[in-house]
Amino acid sequence: MRRSSLPASARTGAGILGLLALLAATAPLLAPFDPAEQLDAAESSRRPPLSSLLVVRTVDREPLLAERVTVDGDDLVLERRSGSLRVPLSSATNHGEEGIAERRRNWLGSDALGRDILSRLLHGSRVSLTIGLLAACLALTAGTLVGSCAAIGGRFVDQALMRTVDGLLCFPHLALVLLLAALYRPDTTLLVLLIGGTGWMGLARLVRAELLRLKQERFALAAAAAGRSPAGVLVRHLLPNATTPLLVDASLRVGACILVESALSFLGLGVQPPQPSWGSMIADGQSHLTTAWWIAAFPGLMVAAAVLGSSLLADGLSDRLAGLGDRGRVRRRSPWAIRTWLGVRAVEAKRRETQGESSW
Amino acid sequence: MIRFVLRRLLAAAVLLLIVLTLAFAVVALAPGDPMAPTDPRIPPEQAERLRALYGLDQPLPVQYVRWLGAVVLHWDWGQSYRTGQPVAELLFDALPPTLLLAGAALLAQYLLGIGLGLLAASRPNSRLDLGVRVASLVVYALPTFWVGLMAVLVVAVGLGLAPAGGMTAAAAFELGPLAAALDVLAHLWLPALVLGLSMAGDIARYTRSSLIEFQATEAGRAARARGLSETRILLVHGLAHAAPRLLQLASVSAPLLLSGAVVAEVVFAWPGLGTATLVAIQSGDIPVVLAATAYGAVLVIAASLAADLLLTRLDPRISVE
Repeated sequence: MRRSSLPASARTGAGILGLLALLAATAPLLAPFDPAEQLDAAESSRRPPLSSLLVVRTVDREPLLAERVTVDGDDLVLERRSGSLRVPLSSATNHGEEGIAERRRNWLGSDALGRDILSRLLHGSRVSLTIGLLAACLALTAGTLVGSCAAIGGRFVDQALMRTVDGLLCFPHLALVLLLAALYRPDTTLLVLLIGGTGWMGLARLVRAELLRLKQERFALAAAAAGRSPAGVLVRHLLPNATTPLLVDASLRVGACILVESALSFLGLGVQPPQPSWGSMIADGQSHLTTAWWIAAFPGLMVAAAVLGSSLLADGLSDRLAGLGDRGRVRRRSPWAIRTWLGVRAVEAKRRETQGESSW
Repeated sequence: MIRFVLRRLLAAAVLLLIVLTLAFAVVALAPGDPMAPTDPRIPPEQAERLRALYGLDQPLPVQYVRWLGAVVLHWDWGQSYRTGQPVAELLFDALPPTLLLAGAALLAQYLLGIGLGLLAASRPNSRLDLGVRVASLVVYALPTFWVGLMAVLVVAVGLGLAPAGGMTAAAAFELGPLAAALDVLAHLWLPALVLGLSMAGDIARYTRSSLIEFQATEAGRAARARGLSETRILLVHGLAHAAPRLLQLASVSAPLLLSGAVVAEVVFAWPGLGTATLVAIQSGDIPVVLAATAYGAVLVIAASLAADLLLTRLDPRISVE
């Protein structure tokens, strides 16, 4: 049986990320309630996980929530936090044979405004994952571009770009991001630009180092000797062979971007209400920490799961980069690598022929 | 050596200038007028007076040169729009707590990281090793501010092992010097531990791989051949081998630590630079935000400079030129 060539950690990480992406994609179907719905806020706020309340719908006012409902004469008696409330039986629209059957269950509890945490988590995952992914893509593109230019652009371009990168690397990113987020009203686009735009420098260094190393490999020298332009060698031979370290970094980057987004949203400088994001949900929970721990606790676990998934994936991919899968299998060559490898063999054979050596 | 130090100092100064210019440009080019009266009852002429008072009626290049000149020559960052207090004074009060917190966190992350790395390297590929590896990934994945909140909930409020926030007790001014120091320490240990936790995993992984690598080097085999105990090989010779790399990690982690300090300060109500910055941001107090950004840059640049210099002292194999 053919086994996956990725180590177990990479498969676990990819599984976690895939599951989160699936949850995010299907959030409107999975979420039990509208994430912004505040039904009878006074009664429904800060309900613990797994708790449920009866929903009493009446003709003349907003739906009412109650822990228990009994019939007393012509009235329904609603037992609520604020004491009991009597509602005429005739005005209740959903009172049937077995009393009130409609229940509102908060699987992960409700927040201070009575909104359902589970629904907000699911909808928030769309925001957090989208920003994390897009920002990582932006960082990946920028880093690859700058790193490639530095690697093939000659001494001057290389020096100029790398000194800039060094400078940006020791710039306190959060300070810059905070400054920008304070001056401009943050929305999703700006956040992606901010987070991605401050996260590409390490990658540029990595790409440059990797490309400089590959440039000295024989297949690259052969391609250059065969008359390919530097850009051609870069696109056809160098970058395809650098995909694994790029993938490792991209995978780590997604997690890092999700962390930055959550920190910004926590500080109130990221995703703005009423749009839920994991970071802003944790911020909502801060002031109710001792009375309702679940408001802050669950979103943090979601962030942790997403970042852990991306770290595990990167960890597994870098193991593969080191040459071995989890069973000590030799890594398979990618089609690209095989092509360049064959090309080198061909060039070498030709050289030997012309030099009069026996060809293999 | 002196030439090397001078060159690094010069590079740091240039970098700082770039950071300052960039920060100024970002603020100056932002839409909206920081002095625009938020209250419609403020008469326009008074707003104009305010603008003239802060020099905002001048053209941008003039503003820039004036601002930079004041900063470089007099360390004058202007006045806070919110309190009217000189910014330099305001941030001078906020700097020591941040340095204390970041320093303690640095200590915590190295103690934890090296300890765990030693444990993992002493039994490579054992369950312990796997446990440390998984723990380091998990710890990295947890957002610092969330760990902080949970620590407040469980350790401070639940178990009562630490105060829930702040740097000193309310009655700290009545305490003697020793009692005051202990009081600060009691407030410090939990935020420092939380802040140090996220990088501790990385340090553990570095330590582990360095130590395992060391055992395969000639120096490692020589140490074993001389009959030194495993503990001594790892603790004395192995750590000396790992030290340069660990130190390099410190210069990489300085910006992260500082960023982390901002959120940790908010969670633990620590009266430092991060809290001051956030308050300034929320109230649109631009001079303070600008200055805090620059302070952050100075700290990061200084940390990386210090790490580089220490590195050349520590590792004789690195030549300074």
